[in-house]
Amino acid sequence: MAIKNMFTKQKPKKIKYATIPSEAAKQDVPEGIMQKCPKCKKIMYTKELEKNLHVCLGCGYHYPLKAHERIKILLDEGSFRELDAGLSTANPLEFPGYEEKIEADRKKTGLNEAIVTGVGTIDGYPSAFAFMDSSFRMGSMGSVVGEKITRAVEEAIRLQIPFIIFTASGGARMQEGVLSLMQMAKTGAAFKRMSDRGGLIISVMTHPTTGGVSASFASLGDFNFAEPGALIGFAGRRIIEQTIREKLPEDFQTAEFLLQCGQLDAVLHRSEMKEKLSFLLDIHQTGGGER
Amino acid sequence: MTGLEFEKPVRDLQEKIAELKSFTSTSDLDLSDEIEKLELRLKKLEDDIYNSMTPWDRVQMARHPNRPTTLDYIPCLFENFFELHGDRAYGDDAAIVAGIAKYHGQPVTVIGHQRGRDTKENIQRTFGMPHPEGYRKALRLMKQAEKFNRPIVCLIDTKGAYPGKAAEERGQSEAIARNIFEMAGLSVPIICIVIGEGGSGGALALGVGDRLFMLENSTYSVISPEGAAALLWKDAGLAKRAAETMKITAPDLRSLGIVDEIIPEVRGGAHRDAKKQAELIDAVLQPAMKELQKTEHAALVDQRYEKYKRIGGYAEQTTGLKD
Repeated sequence: MAIKNMFTKQKPKKIKYATIPSEAAKQDVPEGIMQKCPKCKKIMYTKELEKNLHVCLGCGYHYPLKAHERIKILLDEGSFRELDAGLSTANPLEFPGYEEKIEADRKKTGLNEAIVTGVGTIDGYPSAFAFMDSSFRMGSMGSVVGEKITRAVEEAIRLQIPFIIFTASGGARMQEGVLSLMQMAKTGAAFKRMSDRGGLIISVMTHPTTGGVSASFASLGDFNFAEPGALIGFAGRRIIEQTIREKLPEDFQTAEFLLQCGQLDAVLHRSEMKEKLSFLLDIHQTGGGER
Repeated sequence: MTGLEFEKPVRDLQEKIAELKSFTSTSDLDLSDEIEKLELRLKKLEDDIYNSMTPWDRVQMARHPNRPTTLDYIPCLFENFFELHGDRAYGDDAAIVAGIAKYHGQPVTVIGHQRGRDTKENIQRTFGMPHPEGYRKALRLMKQAEKFNRPIVCLIDTKGAYPGKAAEERGQSEAIARNIFEMAGLSVPIICIVIGEGGSGGALALGVGDRLFMLENSTYSVISPEGAAALLWKDAGLAKRAAETMKITAPDLRSLGIVDEIIPEVRGGAHRDAKKQAELIDAVLQPAMKELQKTEHAALVDQRYEKYKRIGGYAEQTTGLKD
């Protein structure tokens, strides 16, 4: 927002009932006019927050993004073509109560599963994409997530374009048991196949990326990035604390901590994400093809 | 000998028979008719009990303290095992043993998780739960196997990768992911056998291959039954129910199309006779090895890809959106 507009634009918006959340906001869909940062408690206009790419204007906290929000802020307008939207969850282990949980999350999020895949462009450079969405079953990976990633990678190989994935996941989906575990092998094998053919793969880990997702494709990019403050790790904090019987430091398993441990190429602020990805797509233009 | 809960009737009867036997040998009374009858009954009882094991019984069996480990099987299955150490970057993880050996006269690389066989050894081997350097040692030796065109045999037996601070700092996730990625592309045959517990990503990091076999009473799962129960129903005490719901036994994984073949166990469990069990493993391993060695290297990698591509259960509608 331009400074000269700052006061004039907001002045007429002195709305007293602004903080009363709508019905939808109560169900975890932020649609209120104002937002309070969960970290520094700063109160901001939602519009302002959106303009700032859902990053707190006070402390820089990166709000989790829905798959479609990320597509909107990252890709060239109208360039996204979704793949495999018709893939949906079955209940392969006949796990009690699983279908109901999936149905509830479908209604809540408007998504079919915890991931959206497709092809699109950034500054005109084409790429295949996968955007995980933690609002659906914690972004957990079951058969559909594994299959959609694998197919998107296959599409990238076919079109000889790069593959970029934004991860956000609590790990493997318990209700699909060992089938979820095997999606780690399936996606890993697809990444290997693409890599052997010279394709460029970029992984951006967002909050949270843990368990079976961090221990498979999320860690397998030619470039592994993370958003600031994202929780990234294999085992859960509580389990580690119980095992080693000591308290872990506050910043343990954050993106910044992992960067220091040498586990990431860079931590990228959301405001520089598009520019950096665009640069990588530019200098790897010869990549993504059959060698 | 440590017995399991569900085996108690068998144990009781065995004790009774032993009692009668010692009585017969020390007194004038001849009870051999009686003993013969009881022994027949024992056989029937064993049939009943071991043929109707519940998933939870199998979990107990897979965790049996005397269950043979990688180092118990290696001398029975292979000749001239030569253990090799270290990941060349950080250290040597005793939770994974690896080396070269001969299998029916032919060079192979053997890698396996290694639990301790007593408390002291368990501490040294972190209960068979590897750190990143363990997985990196395994990968280094798998790459070596590929260079010299040696098939790889992996024996899986772990509760999972070690959940520790140092493990996270050194990249537990990356180490597991890297092994999965590289194993998918190795141009030599890889045969994986679950001999005890196959715990989550920590098992899968030695588990991507051309064939996956499971011992009859081994398990393979995304999380331990206790962990699943705690997570799903907030009660670790429901582990027994989780063991059934999560489908973690060899027959379950066979029906899900993940396991290629189940290796039968010695009656009463592999711990009853490790040598005999090794023979049962050999009977499945050798034909698989022969078959895979006939396959061309490039075809091997493609077939492996297709094998994993098929795994999963989902529904698909054609939307007409895809061109």
